[in-house]
Amino acid sequence: MTLSLILEQLLNGIQLGTMLFLMASGLTLVFGVMGLINLAHGSFYMTGAFVTAWVAGATGSFWLGLASGALAAAATGAIVEVLVVRRLYRRDHLDQVLATFALILIFSEGTRWLYGSSPLWLNVPESLTGSVTLPGGVSYSIYRLAIILMGVVVAVGLYLMISKTRLGMRIRAGENDREMIGALGVDISTLYTLIFALGAGLAGLAGATIGALQTVQVGMGEPVLILAFVVIVIGGIGSIKGALIGSLLVGVVDTLGRILLPDFFKLFMDASDAAGVGAALASMLIYLLMAIILAFKPHGLFAAND
Amino acid sequence: MTSLDSTQQSRAKSRPLPAFTREQWVSLILLAGLALAASVAHFAGEPYFVDLASRIAIIALAGVGLNLALGFGGLVSFGHAAFFGLGGYTVSVGAFHAFNMTPILGIDFLPAGSDQMVPLWITAMSVCGVVAWLIGRISLGTSGVYFIMITLAFAQMIYYFAVSWPAYGGEDGLPIYIRNQFYGLDTTNSLVFFGLSFALLLLALGFCQRIMAARFGAALTMARLNPVRLATAGVEPRPIKQVAFVISGMITGLAGALYADLNGFVGPSMLSWHQSGEIMVIVILGGVGRLCGPLAGAILIVLMETFLGGLTEHWQFFLGLIILMVVLFAPGGVMGLLAGRARHA
Repeated sequence: MTLSLILEQLLNGIQLGTMLFLMASGLTLVFGVMGLINLAHGSFYMTGAFVTAWVAGATGSFWLGLASGALAAAATGAIVEVLVVRRLYRRDHLDQVLATFALILIFSEGTRWLYGSSPLWLNVPESLTGSVTLPGGVSYSIYRLAIILMGVVVAVGLYLMISKTRLGMRIRAGENDREMIGALGVDISTLYTLIFALGAGLAGLAGATIGALQTVQVGMGEPVLILAFVVIVIGGIGSIKGALIGSLLVGVVDTLGRILLPDFFKLFMDASDAAGVGAALASMLIYLLMAIILAFKPHGLFAAND
Repeated sequence: MTSLDSTQQSRAKSRPLPAFTREQWVSLILLAGLALAASVAHFAGEPYFVDLASRIAIIALAGVGLNLALGFGGLVSFGHAAFFGLGGYTVSVGAFHAFNMTPILGIDFLPAGSDQMVPLWITAMSVCGVVAWLIGRISLGTSGVYFIMITLAFAQMIYYFAVSWPAYGGEDGLPIYIRNQFYGLDTTNSLVFFGLSFALLLLALGFCQRIMAARFGAALTMARLNPVRLATAGVEPRPIKQVAFVISGMITGLAGALYADLNGFVGPSMLSWHQSGEIMVIVILGGVGRLCGPLAGAILIVLMETFLGGLTEHWQFFLGLIILMVVLFAPGGVMGLLAGRARHA
């Protein structure tokens, strides 16, 4: 266990955290403003990945694929909002969970129908292949660094949008008082569609970029979706700041846990047992973290409103 | 409790109930229909359809468990696969050790498993009861969406544990080579196994009906509708919810135990969040907080799976569409359609 390995894993953790932030910021915005639990958020992630892989495969341009993937996810989000989700805002969480669970079934099976059940592949763009040597002697993939950079750009962009623009002002107003902002003459339903599409677009962007690291297949959104839920629950539902901190926390804890725990158990167990126990515990670690945080702070670390 | 008693009395006075409500008729017809279908299939020599009926009864049982927490107690648990899977794993692990004649968990002073259903069921329910108690202890401090997510998190925890724990099959799951025994009965006979599952379903339904008619049920209903008022009446809401959650987990665990024996196999998928979602779909599709709602939901889902699955390999697409339509346009579920609105809507 060298320092450079830990540093590399730390960067991997941050990269995972960035992905989770792209997912979680949309989820938390949608919950904060519209009060909706959206289980189908992972489907937009999947849509982004599939469209990117398809367009990049057809045109040969990763960047064109990336743009169309994010846009397609946003457009899908807008359509879903208008057709289905809009009817769920006034329902209780139970109906929302069930309806969006049904959307998952529809999206997963629909994607399998469209693209077939064999996974698609997406290559890292040529300009971002290879790795760089970071200070400290760590050799690290440029593409993953670019993902981290993109996360920073998105986080800053979201911050600026929400705190400086008129749209952001309306979003904040929507979080505070849904009825009042409608009474003031803001077109609520367009605002809701916009927010939902924005969240879906961010999820699509996440899926599109991760598609070059993993296989693009049906169901790829679900593990990320569950992690994103852990993130927003830890961070406090409705809080972008909570989503950012929660994402990084979950990303780093999960990645480092998988590396460090087996070694930790080797200190007082024999190697094969330690690997098993370490791996088992590592995969449970973030859920333990969440349970502990919720046991002491039932509304997460940065609860925005309840 | 005097205030509760008097409200019940006045309600009974103002609205005398008929001997059998429409909901009870529908429930009776569903139950009788299921038993009849299984018997007819058996004597027509179609064990496949008998197993299908067993599946309906078992999934309905899991739903009955969840319904107690979700429907009657308003505790939207998105993690009941944890109990379903734990019940299954308990039976499977017990049978595994009985088959290999090794002590449970490799700990020497523990007994060498069992191939008898009754002790396995009791163990499964005890395990689930303890786990539900622990999960409830932590989760019930939260409410709303946080409760949904924390129950999901606990189920995921157990799921990942099962996936990465190699002793009992890990990702591959654990087969049950010989179906477990129930005293003198031939459990490998499909109809006998259906009878056992159906009897347990009836027992669970009767039990739920009893406790919901008792003071406990009144307190649980009030804990869902208005916990502050319940506390004012001198009953602490949280222990009531805790007990409901534990019983709920135990019933779902029993269903998992039966399901393992039905399939002769348990895998981590029984613990997955998809499974939680499915149990939830059954409850909601059937009608939340209706005693036989889960049965109606289970019948609908299993039949759709079977017949849509026969028509197209993309049946899940249409299943999703149907669920979506029910949520959007028929909020009372199947029971709501068949038997009218619930009395406590």
